[in-house]
Amino acid sequence: MQQRLERGEAAALGELYDRFASLVHSLAHRVLDDDEASDHATRDVFAYIWQNPHSFDPREGPMRSWIAALTQRTATSRLRRLQRSDGPCSPEEAERIEEQVRAAATAARADYIVTSMPSSLRAALELAYFQRRDYRQAADTLGVTEDEARRRLRLGLQLLSSAMTRPAMAPPGPRGRR
Amino acid sequence: MSGPSDPDGQGPPRAPRGTRESAAPGLSEEPELSEEPEGAGRPEGAERPEERGTASEAYRVPRQAAASDLSPLSGPHPPEVPRQADAYDAPDVSRRAEAFGASRRPDAPSGRPRPGPPRASEPLDHTVLKSLLGAWALAACSAEETAAVEAHLTDCAPCADEALRLRDAVGLLHSEDSLDLDPELRAQVLEGCLESRPARIPLPVWAAPFDAETARLDALLRDMAGDEWRAPVRLRWFDGRRETDRETTVAGILGHLLAVDGLVAAGLGLPDPLPDGALRVEHDAGPQARTELYWALDRAAPHTPAARRPWREQSHAMIRDVSFLTAAEAEGPEAAGGAADTAGAADTAETSARTRLVSYGGFSLPLPDAFLDRAFECWKHAQDIAEAVDYPYGPPVAAHLTPLVDLAARQLPGALAARRRAGLAPPPRGLAPAGAPGRTLHLEVEGDGGGDWYLPLDSPGARAGPEETVAHVALDSLEFCQLAAGHVPPLEAAAGQDGDRDAIRDVLFAAASLSRM
Repeated sequence: MQQRLERGEAAALGELYDRFASLVHSLAHRVLDDDEASDHATRDVFAYIWQNPHSFDPREGPMRSWIAALTQRTATSRLRRLQRSDGPCSPEEAERIEEQVRAAATAARADYIVTSMPSSLRAALELAYFQRRDYRQAADTLGVTEDEARRRLRLGLQLLSSAMTRPAMAPPGPRGRR
Repeated sequence: MSGPSDPDGQGPPRAPRGTRESAAPGLSEEPELSEEPEGAGRPEGAERPEERGTASEAYRVPRQAAASDLSPLSGPHPPEVPRQADAYDAPDVSRRAEAFGASRRPDAPSGRPRPGPPRASEPLDHTVLKSLLGAWALAACSAEETAAVEAHLTDCAPCADEALRLRDAVGLLHSEDSLDLDPELRAQVLEGCLESRPARIPLPVWAAPFDAETARLDALLRDMAGDEWRAPVRLRWFDGRRETDRETTVAGILGHLLAVDGLVAAGLGLPDPLPDGALRVEHDAGPQARTELYWALDRAAPHTPAARRPWREQSHAMIRDVSFLTAAEAEGPEAAGGAADTAGAADTAETSARTRLVSYGGFSLPLPDAFLDRAFECWKHAQDIAEAVDYPYGPPVAAHLTPLVDLAARQLPGALAARRRAGLAPPPRGLAPAGAPGRTLHLEVEGDGGGDWYLPLDSPGARAGPEETVAHVALDSLEFCQLAAGHVPPLEAAAGQDGDRDAIRDVLFAAASLSRM
């Protein structure tokens, strides 16, 4: 993909978009919480990749993670820019924004964990969460025992929970607010 | 298997940690909640008794424990409980989290089998309950198990800790696939990129609708839930005499698109999705025969989302290869003389691409038209799928609709002649030698992608023009596309008509006859 982008293939750009646009847009949306701003951030991210395909280094990890990190940076700097243009804000507001940025970073880590976890775990979570199957139905679909389905759901969530740097017993902070 | 919070995996619960002390009142509330009369204090009265024990309510309890902030949480109002999603400020997660709220699946409890034998009479032990925590956090266990887990959480601190963490982790589950992106965004993003750095190997303009429409269908497929793949989808077309239809599934439609796109793919030198063996039996098979062959081969897996991938890979490969082909031809012999003349080079490439014919069995199309034809088919079949699963699906952008409408209009004289040869339309009124002026029908297509076409009525080679017009048909571009797709019977098309009735009838039937399976 990288070579094709470097070569200037428009078709590769389209494929890149098809593969990563929803990742980029959803991560940007987590930071910016606004459709239009997320659209802009999405444009910026793809424009950057298209203009600088060589800046991706495959030795540092998969392209998806690189793009996720790039999106984080792009969206965060857009958020701060928007914030500055609104003039000085209250400490509460500033804290709220920082929280938003942290939450988005957590989401990016979670995304990475979900995409890199064993596919057997991902498939079980997919069935239980997105397809709303109970674990017995999930076991049936996956052709495993009910014990195994329970194990996969629990292990999958345990892996996912490692995305939360905040200790589970931490004070609620701005979590409860909205 | 042990959870991080319970390394020994067995045995009695460890002593509660400090903050758990304050949790006790919260935890002890849970049974009280479950005993509450139905609907009491519930906003909208949406919850049914059997839904009470869902993870989200119970979730509230460990959350309280963690938060040691009990004040806002004391009432039985699940919607007011701060949820995980709130913390992350992500609408798509909130939307998902709704699904896990107390009102999750208001329509579904009966659809959810509850075969679980575990009754209160035979209590589950710690190990089993612990193993259920993941399923519990995902609201994926039976009502009895849910109740048992929740009762257990009140006196097992390690499990309560883990339950809290897993429930928070559920809030992090989201699917990038679930996000409904505006299809216009794709065009804007790509355009912005290409302005900042022009492509060295651009997409030919006539392949752009195919690129956009396949991406749009792919996005629709991504959003579809597993059972929607089994929805019956009706293929409709006009077989020359009457409307015909055929029921298939989403995967069946994709197989159809894959098999017919395969004609174009094979013309580009890509592997044919149909194996050699199948093609030897039916040499030079057209769209319908190829589809039947593919379906026969694919019978084993006709309903699954797995159908998406081969179709998508082939369409991406077609776009890639056709770009290289036209780029090479644009740089062809003359390129040495006028490399700066990119418009001229593109014209040269298009002229050369038009000399490449794609065989459709009984007829052939120049490569650029074949790409437009495949874009049109992709749009129409995506519409069939969207209709079957009740998703909204709009038309292509105006810039792409124009060449699609134009292709159908250009094909009308040939289609009319073919109908005459097949005895499906009356013979021409008079002979019009090629190049000589002949009777003309003025087709006026209104709306996005519209325009005026002057169609020769007596022979495809005759010269048509405003001064020879004997009939005028006016219709909306989307209605015209529906007609050309065989989705509207020719005599029911909403078309303004004026002039020679027979000529109008012939042309409307010819338009419907452009459709195929």
